Amino acid sequence: MAGLFVEDVSVSFPLYHGESRSLKKTVFAAASGRLGQDTKHRLTVEALRNVSFSLRSGDKVGFIGSNGAGKTTLLRTLAGIYEPVTGSITIDGEVTALLDASQGLNMDLTGNENIRLRALFNGYSEAQIKQLLADVAAFAELDQFLDLPVRTYSSGMIIRLGFALATAIKPQILLMDEWIMAGDASFMDKAKHRLETVVQGAEILVLSSHNTEIILRWCNRVIWMDTGRIRADGTPEDVLSAYLPPDQFAHAMAGAAG
Amino acid sequence: MIMPEPVRADTPSHFPAPSPRPLVISASRNWPNAMALAAADLVETVRLWPLVWTLSLFDIKLRYRGSLLGPFWLTLSTGIMVGSIGFLYSRLFHQNVGNYLPFLTISLVLWNFISTTTAESSVCFTSSEGLIRSIRMPHSLHAGRVVMRNILVLAHNLVVIVGVFILFHIIPSRAAFSVLPACLVWFADAFAVSLLLGVFGARFRDIPPIIGSVMQIAFYLTPIMWNPVMLEHRGVAVILVKLNPFYSLLEIMRGPLLGQPLNPQTWLIALGYSAVLIVLTGLVFTRARPRIPYWI
Repeated sequence: MAGLFVEDVSVSFPLYHGESRSLKKTVFAAASGRLGQDTKHRLTVEALRNVSFSLRSGDKVGFIGSNGAGKTTLLRTLAGIYEPVTGSITIDGEVTALLDASQGLNMDLTGNENIRLRALFNGYSEAQIKQLLADVAAFAELDQFLDLPVRTYSSGMIIRLGFALATAIKPQILLMDEWIMAGDASFMDKAKHRLETVVQGAEILVLSSHNTEIILRWCNRVIWMDTGRIRADGTPEDVLSAYLPPDQFAHAMAGAAG
Repeated sequence: MIMPEPVRADTPSHFPAPSPRPLVISASRNWPNAMALAAADLVETVRLWPLVWTLSLFDIKLRYRGSLLGPFWLTLSTGIMVGSIGFLYSRLFHQNVGNYLPFLTISLVLWNFISTTTAESSVCFTSSEGLIRSIRMPHSLHAGRVVMRNILVLAHNLVVIVGVFILFHIIPSRAAFSVLPACLVWFADAFAVSLLLGVFGARFRDIPPIIGSVMQIAFYLTPIMWNPVMLEHRGVAVILVKLNPFYSLLEIMRGPLLGQPLNPQTWLIALGYSAVLIVLTGLVFTRARPRIPYWI
């Protein structure tokens, strides 16, 4: 049983422009007794505000909302990358986050070396590493490019490598950003099947996307994020009908039904 | 054309993902909680030791990819530097080359470790920005990587020390075994410095250049090029040298290698400074750990 519990989570980013970032300013402020005031008046961007929800096995959630609504920050927070300023998150299960195509790839290392690093991060044995190398090589179809530094790849090739690597690992909890839907047409056909296997294998799916068709196909719950808060949380039909203009909603529903 | 049977890559089922234990990330500011999370961070780094090792190895390999001698450029350049400086300065300081050159070699090799570790540690989080933002990983792993990378560099430079010892027929005495505990102190300190300066360097972007200039001054104030014996008859200066943390740390390694007996006083000072450093790092890391991804 996997679970993901978010309780009253807020995340805010401090804005360190030239003034507050400088050590000199901080030291002088401390010396003149202004540090407290400075801390209080520091500018922050509140990316998430009092977000609460819980996900259990079987929940396939789509995050929707305009750009800057906090979808990606929420995904990163769910992945444990940003630790919340208030509240708490409980992650029960194996998590994989597909946040961006080149995530964690070292551009100077070769494709194979990057795959090895990812395998070591997951604590694989040498045999498993070999298997992962073969699996990614077969799927990404980069052949001899895997022996070249990633820096020399085209952006499409980086997506292939990132996608093949990220989807080689089958998680209980899968966090996905919409980059995964990008790629050239021939690769996407192939990618779709592999992605669907991973999505179906995951006990919990969290997907952030602007593509309502994909949300309707994969999700059984939709959370609408607006300026860092949850605006609505419910079935895809209910939330999307409120989120989308009526004609687009009808179109999306027709598309999903067809 | 007959295509080979493709590997069934579309059904990825045989790769388990890591960490099946429930993980609670709480924002509570109380110390026991924060300390537990900081400790868990360190434990994870130990568990991911093969990754730290491979990352460091790749760092060294990358630096010398495509070069003829590879990492042995490190050895060669240290050898040339020690050789050229050694003969000139032994004249300058009226010292016997046979005494001065081994002293200088050990000093420079060890100082090289100290100065590159501190310089690299102040950017240890900012330079791993991509990794930190993409996957949850222990932050102390990046500090471990800096230390491991520099240990590898140190290992390459040891060849020069061995060469000089052979050249001058120096056979280390039994006291040289105290180098082993000294190494432990060194690596613990290097790890602490990496975490501490890494955190400060992530928060305050002025730190890396400040560290650079501090270390340059320290190089001249610490007996590295010059032997503290030269100061023996000048009281105040001796005290200043003895209280210099770099001096005591250098001396617990250098002294026994040069055949001097174990000096309890130097060890005590070195351990004292190390304890302060480690406690301070523990406090700072516990406090700042959750904020690192926001700062970079």
